[in-house]
Amino acid sequence: MPKLTIDGIEIEVEPGTSVLQACERLGIEIPRFCFHDRLSVPANCRMCLVEMERSPKPIASCAMPAADGMVIHTDSEITRKARRGVMELLLINHPLDCPICDQGGECDLQDQAVAYGLDHSRFQENKRAVKEKYLGPLIKTFMTRCIHCTRCIRFSDEIAGVEELGATGRGEHMEIGTYIERAITSELSGNLIDVCPVGALTSKPYAFAARPWELKKTDTIDVMDAVGSNIRVDSRGGEVMRVLPRLHEDVNEEWISDKTRFACDGLRRQRLDRPYVRENGKLRPATWDEAFATIAERLGALKGDQIAAIAGDLADVEGLMALKDLMGQLGSPNLDCRQDGAQIGGGPRAGYLFNTGIAGIESADAILLVGTNPRWEAPIINARIRKRWLLGGQIGALKVGVIGPDIDLTYRTQHLGAGPRTLQSIATGKGDFADILGAADRPMLILGMGALARPDGAAVLDMARQVADSCGLVKEGWNGFNVLHTAAGRVGALDIGFLPGDGGRDVAGILEGAGSGAVKLVWLYGADEIDMTALGAPGGDGAFVVYQGHHGDRGAHRADVILPGAAYTEKNATYVNTEGRVQRARMAVFPPGEAREDWRILRAFSDRIGRRLPYDSLTQLRGRLVEANPVFAEIDRLSPAAWGTFGTEGKVANPGFASPVANFYMTDPISRASVTMAKCVQEIMGQTPAAAE
Amino acid sequence: MLRDEDRIFTNLYGWYGADLDAARQRGIWDNTKALAALGRERIVEEVKTSGLRGRGGAGFPTGLKWSFMPKESKDGRPSYLVINADESEPGTCKDRDILRYDPHRLLEGALLAGIGMGANACYIYIRGEFYNEGSAVQRAIDEAYGAGLLGKNAADSGWDYDVYLHRGAGAYICGEETALLESIEGKKGQPRNKPPFPAMAGLYGCPTTVNNVETIAVVPEILRRGGDWFAGLGRPKNAGTKLFCISGHVVQPCNVEEELGIPLKELIDRHAGGVRGGWDNLLGVIPGGSSVPVLPKDICDTVLMDFDSLRDVKSGLGTAGVIVMDRSTDIVEAIVRLSHFYMHESCGQCTPCREGTGWMWRLLKRMGRGQASVEEIDTLYEVTKEIEGHTICALGDAAAWPVQGLIRHFRPELERRIKEYRRSAQARAA
Repeated sequence: MPKLTIDGIEIEVEPGTSVLQACERLGIEIPRFCFHDRLSVPANCRMCLVEMERSPKPIASCAMPAADGMVIHTDSEITRKARRGVMELLLINHPLDCPICDQGGECDLQDQAVAYGLDHSRFQENKRAVKEKYLGPLIKTFMTRCIHCTRCIRFSDEIAGVEELGATGRGEHMEIGTYIERAITSELSGNLIDVCPVGALTSKPYAFAARPWELKKTDTIDVMDAVGSNIRVDSRGGEVMRVLPRLHEDVNEEWISDKTRFACDGLRRQRLDRPYVRENGKLRPATWDEAFATIAERLGALKGDQIAAIAGDLADVEGLMALKDLMGQLGSPNLDCRQDGAQIGGGPRAGYLFNTGIAGIESADAILLVGTNPRWEAPIINARIRKRWLLGGQIGALKVGVIGPDIDLTYRTQHLGAGPRTLQSIATGKGDFADILGAADRPMLILGMGALARPDGAAVLDMARQVADSCGLVKEGWNGFNVLHTAAGRVGALDIGFLPGDGGRDVAGILEGAGSGAVKLVWLYGADEIDMTALGAPGGDGAFVVYQGHHGDRGAHRADVILPGAAYTEKNATYVNTEGRVQRARMAVFPPGEAREDWRILRAFSDRIGRRLPYDSLTQLRGRLVEANPVFAEIDRLSPAAWGTFGTEGKVANPGFASPVANFYMTDPISRASVTMAKCVQEIMGQTPAAAE
Repeated sequence: MLRDEDRIFTNLYGWYGADLDAARQRGIWDNTKALAALGRERIVEEVKTSGLRGRGGAGFPTGLKWSFMPKESKDGRPSYLVINADESEPGTCKDRDILRYDPHRLLEGALLAGIGMGANACYIYIRGEFYNEGSAVQRAIDEAYGAGLLGKNAADSGWDYDVYLHRGAGAYICGEETALLESIEGKKGQPRNKPPFPAMAGLYGCPTTVNNVETIAVVPEILRRGGDWFAGLGRPKNAGTKLFCISGHVVQPCNVEEELGIPLKELIDRHAGGVRGGWDNLLGVIPGGSSVPVLPKDICDTVLMDFDSLRDVKSGLGTAGVIVMDRSTDIVEAIVRLSHFYMHESCGQCTPCREGTGWMWRLLKRMGRGQASVEEIDTLYEVTKEIEGHTICALGDAAAWPVQGLIRHFRPELERRIKEYRRSAQARAA
């Protein structure tokens, strides 16, 4: 291990550590612009120059590997002079427009200019101006501010896997752009805004909206997919202004998808801010009392099996628990959280989790993707697979097989087939990829909802389990069987058993029952992705529909009573991501108007009908959660789930798998209400969005 | 004065043919097998003995550079020799005459150098503007393959050797060795960070040595006549002969091969017919291509033309492109033009060079008209110091040095213009 001396302090570091990292270990700050922990090192900003003894020139500490006997001075005259010089040169062509720049207050250049720069400019010539570039509906450019650190180019090449950004021109005419002026086609493009150290790339939807020091910052969890990305919600007053990623090495590192980042404007539109009751076929605003009374009246005469509940994709565990308990009080076994009809749950926990863990992908050496398009279903997980794929040369190549649609996932894949038959042949040990999985040290299978949300889903699940068993996916210290969920609330719901009880109906059964008149009252807890017409026409012979949720989406349109709930930024709630990681979301803003946190609504309603739920506070409710499933005691920790048998042997159908996500930008009520997402559909996917319902 | 029998480049002026037969008559490819049979260690040893220093400008000892190449490939990566024929330095035109008149000398050198560093393949990266020269080299390569001098068992040496010609697209920066490698790989020609040096990870990530055309072309003669012969020419640590390109205000601009260490005055007087209007009409000389600082007449009177002597007077031998300027020269305008060249050719990758070259040019241009303050001369000097030594490659240094040379030796001229402008402005105002 190389031992070097930095500012008189001796330090021993791992081989391959750069001088900059060694300085950081000692707590010595080295200014930098182009260097980024997760990107390659171009050493082009030259801000990190430090003096090294026996070197005639100062060295770029970010690119210089620490070597034995190096003597580094980070605060010598040579170092200071180099920094001052580079800073002066960076600023000569940088506009002095901080007062109107959105990066102001959180700008690396601003901060470092204060720390390392001169107090005045000696530059008397005209400053350079660069034409704006079009990068799509999400990223606003102001290229005159660009300092050519190339972080954005490296991010899109390396992390996002879309080689769409580049530098054209030479010398001071070098410009960053897409050259053909087209929107960036990455689901991770928003991260370009974060990696840009200056105000060249800023958020278009957030342009001129707020200053960072005006914002209240709340650390919370994202629900736009089942990854459970750690986010920071910045709010001002009662409004969510923007969403930023928060570091979590095992989940999202420091990236988030564009939907996570930009769909937040959907939280301001189409909101249900007061209860509604349907009268004479029309919904009219009502008070909570009226709404509860209307439901209670309908509920009075019904037997348990005439009542049903369906939970939506964004449902939090607390609300689900309260609803499940309420249904239990009412004697109804008809409850289900699988709007898409996925044939999953009920068996061992390992049967519905992403058991390998997201970070575990990095040690995998073969991956079989079945019925999933991770690029759209979980861009963060797709980026991890790409990260592992890029490591190829260093720790052995990663082989990726795909069963399902043949699409560009930003890494090389081998398309094996379209549907269950291909999976069957692998399960029986036929084909090259069965050998690859069998020979791999750490093989993985990722099963998407596209393979499970179909009539033969249980049989496909069974087959996937057979592959796991026959190809050695599950072994000591490694579980390579993974289910990739698309709904943030799904794993939590499965964990508390929000599933049909004995003789209970599942979603299809509930819809069928509503049609036949066997089910009289359906409680939709944020459920918008089911076929509402199957519930019959409102007010007529159809079932009585209670919609509890936060957006006026499909469910609310059908509802007979609307109970306004809270969106994910407006409640202290628990979510379980696809890995089975229990995480807590925190309230950033209050729910709008008369809307309330969901468990409180259910608790209040239970009291109203004389079946009071046994918890008065969130703490008590969370105690109830732990009682229902001990995993809820382990916040942000992954414990390996025990393996077992699951799935049902059966015949599989011929049709190929299709991803459940047909439109990345609009998958839930929030993103459907988002103007930004609508623009993305239009400009990036080239589609005209259907008129909002 | 170099004796005729010590001359290496016997077809420098194209008086004889460039083809294989003519080359053979000049002794090229003569018993190359025996030279190859010296083996790797002996070849490197002989080149070390000769004291040959790189002819591309930096003057790094060639034998030492070759010895950095891995003795054997532990991981299956091949070694490469890359010949830098991207001669673009203003005032330099030596490689061009080797490429078009004496390509076989280069190819023979390429084979022997390849054996010396354990490479089985050589890439010649030629400047895009050298269209005809590239064709001449390609013709020679084809001839050599046809005669069994390249390819499998090249020149009966038992060594397989392939030579590829790669044409550049006309960027000065692609003459920087790592930018050149990037360019061969099909990427934007931007210099790489060092370390790792090309000998560790160069072309396609494999061990690579990049040598100048002239460096490689003198190797066969060194091996044929022995390193001691070469070391006996020139001065200690500055051994051998060198091609000088004399241009500018001389009677007879020319390329000439001379011993290193020849006095500048003798070089100009003897080979270029002297300075236009006589030696006393001399203003200054840029002794090593546009990148090195200009020398005023009083230094030119005595300075010797070799690496160390020129370094001692704060200039450099560079590529030995001697640019002579007589008293009719607007020295500021001349440096402004060079400054513009570096601004134009900066790759734009790293901050000091991208931003600084433009600042220097604009400031100096203004100063050339006198529209500046005297203090700004110091600002300009500081800007050159902010660029020098802070960049990824040497282009930043090369851009800074001519300006530094100007300020060092011609500051009175700058001050005179500033004062004159101020006086005339006051006169206009009054």
